[in-house]
Amino acid sequence: MTVKPIYTFPKSLEKRNTHYCPGCHHGIIHRLVAELIDEMKLLEKTVIVWPVGCSVLGYEYLKTDGVEAAHGRAPAMATGIKRARPDRFVISYQGDGDLASIGMAEIVHAAARGEKITVVFINNTNYGMTGGQMAPTTLVGQKTTTSPYGRDPNVCGYPIRVSEMLATLEGPAYIARAAVNKPARIVQAKKFLRKAFNAQLKGLGFSMVEFLSACPVQWHMTPVESLDRIEKELIPYYPLGEFKVKEGVE
Amino acid sequence: MEKPSRVIIERELCKECGYCIHFCPTHVLAMDKSLNSKGYHPTILIDEEGCIMCGICAQVCPEAAIEVFRIKEEVKK
Amino acid sequence: MSEKIFMKGAEALAEAVIRSGCRLFFGYPITPQNETPEYFSRKLPLVGGTYLQAESEVAAINMVYGAACAGKRVFTSTSSPGFSLMQEGISYISGSNVPAVVANIVRGGPGLGDIQPAQSDYFQATKGGGHGDYHLIVLAPSTVQEVVDLVPVAFDLADKYRMIVALLLDGILGQMMEAVEFKYDIKPEDLPEKPWATTGAKGRPKNIITSLDLRPEGLEKINLALQEKYKEIEEKEKRWEEYRCDDIEYLIVAFGTTGRIVKSVVDELREEGIKVGLFRPITLWPFPYKELEAFVDKVKFFLDVEMNLGQMLEDVNLAIKDKKPVFFYGRTGGMVPTVDEIKEFFKKKLEEVK
Repeated sequence: MTVKPIYTFPKSLEKRNTHYCPGCHHGIIHRLVAELIDEMKLLEKTVIVWPVGCSVLGYEYLKTDGVEAAHGRAPAMATGIKRARPDRFVISYQGDGDLASIGMAEIVHAAARGEKITVVFINNTNYGMTGGQMAPTTLVGQKTTTSPYGRDPNVCGYPIRVSEMLATLEGPAYIARAAVNKPARIVQAKKFLRKAFNAQLKGLGFSMVEFLSACPVQWHMTPVESLDRIEKELIPYYPLGEFKVKEGVE
Repeated sequence: MEKPSRVIIERELCKECGYCIHFCPTHVLAMDKSLNSKGYHPTILIDEEGCIMCGICAQVCPEAAIEVFRIKEEVKK
Repeated sequence: MSEKIFMKGAEALAEAVIRSGCRLFFGYPITPQNETPEYFSRKLPLVGGTYLQAESEVAAINMVYGAACAGKRVFTSTSSPGFSLMQEGISYISGSNVPAVVANIVRGGPGLGDIQPAQSDYFQATKGGGHGDYHLIVLAPSTVQEVVDLVPVAFDLADKYRMIVALLLDGILGQMMEAVEFKYDIKPEDLPEKPWATTGAKGRPKNIITSLDLRPEGLEKINLALQEKYKEIEEKEKRWEEYRCDDIEYLIVAFGTTGRIVKSVVDELREEGIKVGLFRPITLWPFPYKELEAFVDKVKFFLDVEMNLGQMLEDVNLAIKDKKPVFFYGRTGGMVPTVDEIKEFFKKKLEEVK
């Protein structure tokens, strides 16, 4: 009899309960990050900058060195780390409130400078940790605790497509948007993330993968229902795919 | 010797999100009637032979609670 | 072997930082310290360092925070409005126990103010401009040579106590030119590694640097540990100058550029036979309360002179505790007091007291 592992617990992940809600996609994406760190042997050189948001305690869940950034400032902190230690592997892990609201200047300029960091951008169209408020990525008509009648573009404008926006800059080497709401999508998401990691390792420039993520509790849905919302509501507005692929990225 | 299982689920990590059960192509996963210490009904494998060891359950689990193994019986001559 | 070089304060500051083994500068243009980033942008690439102009002072202080976590000496400089923007980052760095050196070349405020010298950020620097129970070590040089002498001290203190050391200059120090000597040239490779830094978990468990502790018992412990650190600093790191304080009847208290101006006031008054001296705090935090209080029995009154409307005055009052009169003379908004007007005010008080 032979026993061949098909899937085992990633070495770079801490085996413990997380505080994330059931069905939260942080869990899947933390796992993908850990799997790639294992496969690409990056544990000993990785520093992850954690944001303010649901993943504020992310440094408890991965075995890499970790630092805590102020809200929105993770790309600036990551810049400081990477410029101080250019041979290390630096990840900035952020949510949509953190990255696209208070942190918009930091992410745009880190991308414009072609900062050699990898941004893992978790877009769940609301401020999860603080109770489900409207975010710059909240869809038109979406009800949140601060848009109780549905987002009205006449009052607060339209949601921002960050990936497409950053892809207009010269600095980024790789920008893609993925989802993890189906097995096939998870496979594609991991491919995109691997390319983003490689872009940093080859020193090609700024890399980012935006992950459309479920937030079952703040969306007032079951986890399986939230997968459907991603399919039917998010993906039509935030299309999946690669928006910038500089030569040499693979 | 205890026969190894195709799917090992870490009971205490499971949060009953239902993704594994939803995506399992052969429907061999189900919610346990008992609770883990956090108050969730963890997933259990209900049909060992029906499991095709595709690994999809492990792939969709946000808690990395599932490990999958390809068990190959040696053909006895 | 050191020669005298004629340098502008803002540039001498930058040269001193480089010679302190620091190879990282993240900053933003703001008058009256633009010569500092400009100097770094010319010199750092030549010594294998990194000059990076951030998109704002907010970004700059967070880049400083990142580099500090990565265990490298790092520096930024700014002026008052930028210092305000940095307060969030300063609070985070203070709560995380990592070292950094920050310079504030103070200008007239509040708000956009003007670009002339002031000392109106004393409260912000010493009482905490950011949120939470924390302190910075604050050094106030009064000449360009003293800037040069205090920069390596700032880096050593920052590394020793794992906190921010702030250099409080003003527009005069930033813009004036003086002959200075550099008696040091520390190479970054000669600095010890920092075992707590986040450099990649190689051969050790992971390092986490954070200012977060969601358990109140835990956060209280962190704060108490900070206070222990500050107590040690208050005992060991006070710096001040006593100028012509022997045989004294009146004491003037002033810091920074004002301290330098007051030295001329003291010299001129002494020539007229008035027994006056200068007490010049060099560490604004920790403030030399006891050392100032020691003069209570020796003098008839104190005069506090500042380029603000009464900030160090509060610390002077805390030291003197109403035991003797404390008078105040302040100019602000970029106005710099002259030797004559300080003398005139002093003599007026002398008359009133008689």
